[in-house]
Amino acid sequence: MIILGLTALALFTIDSVYPESKNNTLLSGVTVLGSLIALVVTGTQLLNGAGSTELFSGQLVVDEMSLFFTFIFTSVTALIALASHEYVGKREYQGEYYVLVVLAAIGMTLLASSNSFATAFVSLELASLPSYALVAYLKDNRGSVEAGMKYFLIGALSSAVFAYGISLVYAATGSLLFTDIAATLTDGIDGSLTGVLGIGVMMVLGGVAFKTASVPFHFWAPEAYEGAPAPISAFLSSASKAAGFVLAFRIFITAFPADAIAGVDWVLAFQILALVTMTLGNFAAATQETVKRMLAYSSIGHAGYALIALGAMTGTANQPFVLSAGMLHLLVYGFMNTGAFLFVALAEHWGIGRTFEDYNGLANKAPVACAAMSIFLFSLAGLPTGGGMLSKYFLLLGAVEAQTYVLAVGLIVNSALSLYFYARVVKAMWIEEPASDLSIDGYPTGLYAAIVVAAVVTVLLLPALFVFSEPALTAGSGLF
Amino acid sequence: MMIELLIGISLVGAAAVFLLPDKYSARLSFGISLLPILGSLYMYATFDGVGNALLEGSTLAFETKINWLSVGPYELFYHVGLDGVSMPLIVLTTILSTLAILSAWTPIDERQSQFYGLMLLMEASLIGVFAALDFFVWFVFWEAVLIPMYFLIGVWGGPRRKYAAIKFFVYTNVASLVMFVGFFLLVFGLGDSIQTLDLPAIAGALSTPGAVGSIAGMSPNTVKAVAFFLMFAGFAVKVPVVPVHTWLPDAHVEAPTPVSVILAGVLLKMGTYALLRFNFTLLPEIAQQYALILVAIAVLSVIYGALLALAQQDLKRIVAYSSVSSMGYVILGLVAFTLYGLGGATFQMISHGLISGLLFLGVGVIYNTTHTRMVGDMSGLADRMPVTAGAIVTGSFAYMGLPLMSGFVAEFLVFSGSFSADFAYAPLLTAIAMFGIVIVAGYYLFAMQRTLFGQFSVSTDYEITRASVHDVVPLVVLIVLIIALGSVPELVFDMIEGAVRPMTELTATQQADAGPEMLGLGVSILGGVLL
Repeated sequence: MIILGLTALALFTIDSVYPESKNNTLLSGVTVLGSLIALVVTGTQLLNGAGSTELFSGQLVVDEMSLFFTFIFTSVTALIALASHEYVGKREYQGEYYVLVVLAAIGMTLLASSNSFATAFVSLELASLPSYALVAYLKDNRGSVEAGMKYFLIGALSSAVFAYGISLVYAATGSLLFTDIAATLTDGIDGSLTGVLGIGVMMVLGGVAFKTASVPFHFWAPEAYEGAPAPISAFLSSASKAAGFVLAFRIFITAFPADAIAGVDWVLAFQILALVTMTLGNFAAATQETVKRMLAYSSIGHAGYALIALGAMTGTANQPFVLSAGMLHLLVYGFMNTGAFLFVALAEHWGIGRTFEDYNGLANKAPVACAAMSIFLFSLAGLPTGGGMLSKYFLLLGAVEAQTYVLAVGLIVNSALSLYFYARVVKAMWIEEPASDLSIDGYPTGLYAAIVVAAVVTVLLLPALFVFSEPALTAGSGLF
Repeated sequence: MMIELLIGISLVGAAAVFLLPDKYSARLSFGISLLPILGSLYMYATFDGVGNALLEGSTLAFETKINWLSVGPYELFYHVGLDGVSMPLIVLTTILSTLAILSAWTPIDERQSQFYGLMLLMEASLIGVFAALDFFVWFVFWEAVLIPMYFLIGVWGGPRRKYAAIKFFVYTNVASLVMFVGFFLLVFGLGDSIQTLDLPAIAGALSTPGAVGSIAGMSPNTVKAVAFFLMFAGFAVKVPVVPVHTWLPDAHVEAPTPVSVILAGVLLKMGTYALLRFNFTLLPEIAQQYALILVAIAVLSVIYGALLALAQQDLKRIVAYSSVSSMGYVILGLVAFTLYGLGGATFQMISHGLISGLLFLGVGVIYNTTHTRMVGDMSGLADRMPVTAGAIVTGSFAYMGLPLMSGFVAEFLVFSGSFSADFAYAPLLTAIAMFGIVIVAGYYLFAMQRTLFGQFSVSTDYEITRASVHDVVPLVVLIVLIIALGSVPELVFDMIEGAVRPMTELTATQQADAGPEMLGLGVSILGGVLL
């Protein structure tokens, strides 16, 4: 985190020293380097088992959970920064772009470490505000500005809901620190406050649902992803979503333990949320006409899968295992989904249209990128081209253990359905005849490199997920 | 390490071929694919496995078992190893893959590096399917096969290739999920006694009476039966069994020749191999309870597939439908559950792989030359294409079960196994299935007579020439193998026998568990079907 902060400072410095400069390579290089160093440091700490450190009298806590998610954020940030090299190269405000990305990443990292509603709220805003600006980055493009506007308005509304929820929880428990809330709840609160607490918890849940793009707070997501520059869509749908999940994990497992919080059945709420989110996301994705929107809706579907981790906290399941299954899914998802959106960025870079038909025959021109895209899509669908199959399988195990068979069936049926629309893209790229005027000018190095790296990692996460399974489990157990 | 080496060579080769320009890809992929053949032949020669991979008292050849990943109580093992059933299938896979690659030189003229890369990827996945002994590892390879096949049909296929590719993909993927649910029902039925997906461990747990508990109000026996039929339904699509066979003719007709060879020669065997491994090794008592229903399905596949083949005018469709019929024999042998039945079924997998490969290659050569496959469009081809015609005649005779060819051995074993099987009306049902051979003779003699012999005429503008060397070599290799296995079946049968004999011994102890009322139910259902 500190390294990310230094990166941001370095970017500010470069930008203020050469305000008119367009030294895109320097800016993007510094960002990539900064996030890579942060990635390596986080990764080493994570694999060595860092233990838990409390900062600011427990307001922030650096433990395996926060390291695990910081690992996701930094790797996605590195990929995005690498891929943005060409994308931003032609546009104004390059320094600002990278600074905003890094600031958002810092916000997410803080979010992963928050152990109190106060810090959680502040870091949520720190993560969100740069995102609003980034979505509207293409300020000459009406779609982008409109998407930024929508995102901002819904974001502001959710922040308000979240803040109000926090105040109600505070009213009921008299504390903002997650661990103190849990302690108060375990002792039992005044019966007359149960209603206040219940509404508070549900409003907090609403705030989380916004950040994870879960139903019913998902409406901003397709619009924002569609309008935003494609690398930013990748950033939002992978890193920002994971940030929402780590917040959800911490709040609901640390602050509102399911067995202590009498009268407020948030597990059931998450079960409904998971089922509705995955079904709605996938069905909506199946009816889309453009690839980017399809990916946007399918990423809502994946939020539904990850929500199983919370929906399965029924007590019969091995809870640390279920939680780590959700974390592993988010990790794999971070790479495969980022890669898929970066491929869309590549297509946008080439000026290819957005619909499925526009991708026809692309594999003739760019077989390597299309092979990578096929890996992402099949992995997202749960076929064994990447770690997606394995992490979905763990989620399935968790759902069955928790005896939430509805969620298990929902996961299987939705995966089968999702193959349909993912395969549509694959079919367009490889099997359909190319449009006659399909021409590709240049192969952007940074973008290509980012896509290939993401593809390689996605594939490797199938045999090598074991590297992360142990830290994930430790992190999961740490919350209970 | 040998198995990993075979898979690794194919995978690395696939990546290398994919990245290289088209003009090198054919020769390079051929060269690379020779290495797995050498490896598998070496493994065959030094094979020292004893018993059945899933059952106690076995020693596996080339076994590797390492803890792949563990999350909490769950452990996945990377576990591969070979017994007498999987060893011959791996040799078959490597040989047919190379022959298919060789036969692709003529018909595949665009996007070659992608084609050959996918062929090698397919070979790697198929080897993995036959070698894997942990359910999850196996499932990874099982699903991985779909991906190259989808592209191979969809990109290089005939006019209706998109439809055929999607149909194949959807059918077999949905079937996989059905099978997945069935298998997990069984695993969860086992409860806490098992925390891994290691197949030998699961087989061991299942062999204890009363190991399966009740789930969601279903009695243990119902749980097992439901699991059995869900898995059976999943594998039946792959085999394929009537009535879920409809993807096969479409896929075959649209697929280019090399892909058809792999599809019929190896891919269908995934289904029967999985039936043998999962349904008939893990749940033999259920298989015996419902033997009559299963035999009815097998006989239906044999006769219906043969009748469909009889009705075709397209040479490739004839071969495709006759596969449905031949795979019915495999099911028949499996259900018989005698030594000859199981051994014959496995032998038939190998034999059918070789014979259908030969016929598809022969039809492919004819198609490359004449650009037609319709029986009515040609006659007297034997004059101009003697070697190809000879190959087709050999293949047809092998299909009909002429002695000294592998088809004879396989069918003889299956029939003698099922004739003496335990299920009711075994001799009668076997006799009905044997009638399939008569129909086979009918349509192959008919097709040969009309296309190969008589006055030469072909209704196309293409010049009819003799096939080139790389078209002929695969044919000759397959003929040699078919005759070798037909004359000296011990070449593989001893190996197979070692792996299936423990299965027959296993059931003797387990039969006590099976309830007699289920047998009665099976009989009455079959009675209803027959009436």
